[in-house]
Amino acid sequence: MTLAASDTKDDAAEPAIENRRGFGIVSREGAAVAATILFAALALLPLLASAIDDPFLIVTATRIMVFALAALALDLVLGFGAMVSFGHAAFLGIGAYSVAILSSHGVEDILVQTLVALGTASLFALITGAISLRTSGVYFIMITLAFGQMAYFFMISLSAYGGDDGMTLWNRSTVLGSDVLESDLVLFYVVLAALVLAFFALRAVVGSRFGRVLRGTRDNATRMRAIGFSPYSYQLTAYVMSGAIAALAGVFLANQTEFVSPAYMNWQRSGELIVMVVIGGMGTLVGPIAGAIALLLAEEWLANLWEHYKLVLGVLIVCLALFTRGGIAGAARRLFRGGRHGG
Amino acid sequence: MAGEPHLEVEGLSKSFGALRVTDNISIAVPRGELHAVIGPNGAGKTTLIHQLSGQLKSDFGRIRLEGADITRLQMPERVRRGLARSFQITSILDGFSVLENVALAVQARSGSSFRFFARAASEAALNAEAMEALARVNLIDRAHRTAANLSHGEKRQLEIAIALATGAELLLLDEPLAGTSHEESAALVALMQELKASHTIILVEHDMEAVFALADRVSVLVYGRIIASGTPAEVRDDPAVRAAYLGEEEAA
Repeated sequence: MTLAASDTKDDAAEPAIENRRGFGIVSREGAAVAATILFAALALLPLLASAIDDPFLIVTATRIMVFALAALALDLVLGFGAMVSFGHAAFLGIGAYSVAILSSHGVEDILVQTLVALGTASLFALITGAISLRTSGVYFIMITLAFGQMAYFFMISLSAYGGDDGMTLWNRSTVLGSDVLESDLVLFYVVLAALVLAFFALRAVVGSRFGRVLRGTRDNATRMRAIGFSPYSYQLTAYVMSGAIAALAGVFLANQTEFVSPAYMNWQRSGELIVMVVIGGMGTLVGPIAGAIALLLAEEWLANLWEHYKLVLGVLIVCLALFTRGGIAGAARRLFRGGRHGG
Repeated sequence: MAGEPHLEVEGLSKSFGALRVTDNISIAVPRGELHAVIGPNGAGKTTLIHQLSGQLKSDFGRIRLEGADITRLQMPERVRRGLARSFQITSILDGFSVLENVALAVQARSGSSFRFFARAASEAALNAEAMEALARVNLIDRAHRTAANLSHGEKRQLEIAIALATGAELLLLDEPLAGTSHEESAALVALMQELKASHTIILVEHDMEAVFALADRVSVLVYGRIIASGTPAEVRDDPAVRAAYLGEEEAA
């Protein structure tokens, strides 16, 4: 067949339309451009920080990027797999506790800590995912919530490692014996690098054969079964990948705050991650990063203005959900649509 | 293989609560036959398709595909063995391009889908096979459209292209003409006429003109039971069928 459609540069193939549930409404190139601008701006942030002499800016930005990484991880299952996991904070906690617990036993190398974090989180995701994915819809939400809370209460009752009080890290992780991470600036760039790497890796995954099966299942599971796919193993794999990446965010979180407590794992934290993904734009990859930035900055500013800032934040979130279909990423796309759309 | 039917159904039944939707259905469909299943609304036709495709578990009975018992297999496994279905209510991936809808069906039978990095939409081999299926249903010029933007008739054609792309030799077509205009329906009938040469087909359809033009054999389903089965001419002349079904059509 000569018309072999190999002209797949045509990215009409990518879901550039607004489908019913508002998933993935940003075109591939648009997302890449937006992300590249965002990453470049972040990379230059330390310059701004030194110009205005505000070192705390770097600390805040690092914290935001850590949550952006976790939100990115959640988006793989939530935005691309339509699996609403309400227990993703558990993975964040597993990552953070891997650092704190190993560190308390004298294992301070970040590579070892990360390997343990990824391994533990993958195992936890494999077991809880295998069970949770037997259900769907609201039941999936409830069961992931339950597993998340189990992890939370487990750490509360584990008094050997601080229990309810949490654990303080006496120093940050080392890298092959060096203590470079003690510098906030180095940690900032390490987290930024991880975020950029995760973004482009997930971008490839989402467009791959595997990602296409995942997206197809999100849109119409019956159709996927009717062409010969059994979605379960694909969904479970995505869940494990997502859990592992969230645990990586946890490793950085522990290093950033130098303190770990069960509060990282409770359901409010899981809810915040969902909010970041949804207000940012689920199924877009650049959305969750924007969502994390927006939510945490709004929190930061509002908290300075008024002690009951959560009330205002709640109203803001409601408005975002009501008036920006597809979240921040969707709104941005509509804003730029005139110039670039349909090219 | 000579005498073995492509699909053989024996005593298939399904109840929802006290309601027997399909009741002791037996059909044998030889290779290359187009077997139409007709019957009034609520006769159990779609339920039968669900049971044959594996979307619904049967309460009783056996289904054999080329002699092999597939009664206990799930829908994806049946597809991999060469039995694919289309849906009465269009079921496509609305947000994907037409080409990707079909390419996914090719992907399902072409190597592992646990590949995480190479871009699936750029896989020339998958796309080439998908284009062949699209060519058969005359949708080539729509390949890069978003599936949601197709006309209703085109969506019905896409349904069939997807089923073809699974590589299945036996197609279960559930009312492919549902809701189509006169021209759209003529195109689909011509398409099915062509497919008869390469595929065994079980066709559920309300359009009697189409059924009698296409079918080698017809089974009439009323309240979940097959009340008559035979060539179109035999069925047309069957008094029970006339009373139960055709009579009202002709009167209308």
